[in-house]
Amino acid sequence: MEAGIVSYGAYVPRYRITPTEIGKVWGVDGAGMGQGLNVHRKSVPAPDEDTITISTEALRTALIRGAIDPQEIGALYVGSESHPYAVKPTATVVAQAVGATPNLTAADFEFACKAGTAAIQTCLGLVESRMVRYGVAIGSDTSQGAPGDALEYSASAGGAAFVIGRERVICSLRKTLSYTTDTPDFWRREGERYPSHGGRFTGEPAYFRHVTECGRRLMEDVGSTPRDYAHVVFHQPNGKFPQRVGKQMGFTEEQMRHGLVTPYIGNTYSGAALIGLANVLDYAQPHERILMVGYGSGAGSDAFDFETTEEIARFDRGYGRPVQDYLDHGIELPYAVYAKFRGKIHMGGG
Amino acid sequence: MREVAVLGAGQTKFGELWDRSFREIGIEAGLQALVDAKLESAQLQGLFLGNMAAGRLIDQEQIAPLILDYAGLGNRNLPAVRVEGGGASGALALHAGYLAVASGQYDFVVVGGAEKLTDVPDITGNQITDSAADHEWEVVFGATLPGLWALIARRHMYQYGTKREEFAAVPVQDHEMAAKNPNAHYRNKITLEQVLGATPVAQPLGMLDCAPLSDGAAAVVLGPMEVARKYTDTPIRISASQVACDTMALHHRRDITTLDSTAVAARRAFQQARRTPENVQIAEIFDGYSIGALVALEDLGFVAKGASGAAFAAGEFGRGGRVVVNSSGGLKAQGRPFGAVGVAQVVELVRQLRGDAKDRQVAGANLGLAHDVGGTGATSVVHLLERTN
Amino acid sequence: MSIARFWRETPRRYNLGGSKCSICSTVYFPPRSVCPTCTHHRRSIGKMQPLQLCGDGEVFSFSIVQDAAEGFEMQVPYVLALVKTVEGPMLTGQIVDVDPAEVKIGMPVHAMFRKLREEGRAGVIHYGYKFAPSTAEDRRPHRGGSHEPSPMAEPPGRSRASA
Repeated sequence: MEAGIVSYGAYVPRYRITPTEIGKVWGVDGAGMGQGLNVHRKSVPAPDEDTITISTEALRTALIRGAIDPQEIGALYVGSESHPYAVKPTATVVAQAVGATPNLTAADFEFACKAGTAAIQTCLGLVESRMVRYGVAIGSDTSQGAPGDALEYSASAGGAAFVIGRERVICSLRKTLSYTTDTPDFWRREGERYPSHGGRFTGEPAYFRHVTECGRRLMEDVGSTPRDYAHVVFHQPNGKFPQRVGKQMGFTEEQMRHGLVTPYIGNTYSGAALIGLANVLDYAQPHERILMVGYGSGAGSDAFDFETTEEIARFDRGYGRPVQDYLDHGIELPYAVYAKFRGKIHMGGG
Repeated sequence: MREVAVLGAGQTKFGELWDRSFREIGIEAGLQALVDAKLESAQLQGLFLGNMAAGRLIDQEQIAPLILDYAGLGNRNLPAVRVEGGGASGALALHAGYLAVASGQYDFVVVGGAEKLTDVPDITGNQITDSAADHEWEVVFGATLPGLWALIARRHMYQYGTKREEFAAVPVQDHEMAAKNPNAHYRNKITLEQVLGATPVAQPLGMLDCAPLSDGAAAVVLGPMEVARKYTDTPIRISASQVACDTMALHHRRDITTLDSTAVAARRAFQQARRTPENVQIAEIFDGYSIGALVALEDLGFVAKGASGAAFAAGEFGRGGRVVVNSSGGLKAQGRPFGAVGVAQVVELVRQLRGDAKDRQVAGANLGLAHDVGGTGATSVVHLLERTN
Repeated sequence: MSIARFWRETPRRYNLGGSKCSICSTVYFPPRSVCPTCTHHRRSIGKMQPLQLCGDGEVFSFSIVQDAAEGFEMQVPYVLALVKTVEGPMLTGQIVDVDPAEVKIGMPVHAMFRKLREEGRAGVIHYGYKFAPSTAEDRRPHRGGSHEPSPMAEPPGRSRASA
């Protein structure tokens, strides 16, 4: 294929909270909970951040790094399950904020945590078919778990933007395929504030089945084995699931290392696999193969077989923060301030 | 242009006037001024009314004819004009009335200023206060009026080494002065420690650095100097009336530690009156935010740029100082009913220059200066008033 | 605030669209239709060209606001600042992602895209610029005191005169 990743950028809010701090409030062994999930801290958006602002920051970084004229963007899709509006696109605000309007198509994607990988597939198709010069795929979320729910220990905020094109490709696509079924493991009904989930049902029949099936089919299809990949990135609702699924499929810790970011910033939902891929690209050398398998509840997986090109050596990774900085740094919040930032406190008056 | 004199002055109490309406206080101040001037009502030819925000505060526009009507003059078909310039509305109305008489168009006019701030919740009052700043490019981005004055304060501290304690001394002096003013909103004394320890509003400014939201009204009757003695024993001449404007937003100013509008209005005023700052014994200046008083003292020419803090803290502008500043208590302690402020400043000067200021009388006051500011200085108004005998 | 009133300013509030006097080269934000400082004041009418600020600057003055402006109540205490941009214009805005005690005059900052306020729970959300400290971590070689236009400011081969 001609189409591939031309540029990318990630953005994670500055604030963090630890499972220990969350556990204190609910009378739970938070530290143990964090260890069980392999989540040491999670990111928290400031009160003035949402999926729109996170997406914009990530895309602005990508456009500057790739020296891409925003007016050449022909399609822009934002995948999220926390679009600020139920009706009114995130993508139009982002497009306007990066100067890409008006000559482009734009839409919001929703498929639980894999809306971002679905957007990448759509852009690859549009670029490959020469319908657009550049397509932008963003996966971004400011996810919430209900207070006290297990999800509260991991649900976080962040996003990454990928510019898909045919010229100066730094990471080309060899193959992508998907695996989709109707599996009700996790959902949020219209008008509900927090999502619901099927507890342990989210494991074997949902995440593990879809990720392994999808990943295996892709490798079968291209005739590869785990050893062919320098890096592997899985969707990572916590730090444990991707480690386990990687092991089951025959990948080593080293292959998974850069693609695993959830232990340090939490589960950024639609952003999770994409931030993992951004971190891999921050470290990748030319001619390295990358396997990425996204997962979205409901349920489906998108698998990608990428390979970095010579172009990545010339790519300007110097602009904007590398993902590693987001993994290493943050301002820790007490639960009370986190609750205020996340709108969990019932305010009086009008 | 002919010389203009203040023939009469009146003012309501400033403060939380829960039982009194906008029209009641407006009329009270106007009628007091009329009675003070020994003028027949039939001689009045017009009303200029300073008001900042009646539309938002009491849902009432056309307030100039409203006040004229309830003052019992509605059926005489006089011209009545409302003048708006943020917190400087009252001083601007005085400028308009001054020009009307000086030009010969009218002989006798009433200039009033009135604002009713307690008919809205405090939070709305604060939002209306902020509307004197540039809404689209300051307030939308999180600026409040005290926040913008805090930016001025921080920069003044940075550029000139001005100390927090130095501008904290302004409200302390204001409250001391207001203790002797029966019309003042606050007549309690406060200490420097109280100012420094008050709840922060916009650091470095705290609650006691900021003037309150008050109700109140003030009025003066103006007439030609040549006939003034028929209507008052001690006519006070308006020796200068000057307005100067600057950019709406603070961020567009040449230098945020200087209000060019004040400096220019003052320079023009001293030129017009053929006087210098050294000739002034008494001044009512803008102290809506404590730092404002220090910046004003510099811009009005009373002290060199950057030297106001030390000079104020040393008492140079207190009772017995070289210029007695805000003997009324200023906006901080006498109160801050926006549109009334500029007129009330002149009422205070008239009383002082006449020798009628009772136990707050400043001895030997012959030349007084009034200075009022809209927003962060998009509008400044300077008046010089002089005793002529 | 009415929807249209905010919406019509989005090119400025989202993208820092300013203007430049083509006679004296002074840059303005928000854009002006006549040059206030130019000795050729009248002649500058119709000669003001669009120019997008890159978003980099430094803190000129600041305050820690505790009595919030309307819609900013949940962010108290927040830092309000005057930011002197590298192109020249001064802007009023918040400094975010910073410990207020660490803000200093002269601190380098860069523009961020953030929510300004919401028209209640059901209303429109307004977005625009705020500023965050530019630390070494930001690694911003294209900007940071350079007057070189960034690719965002001047996309290669295409004028953004409509912005």
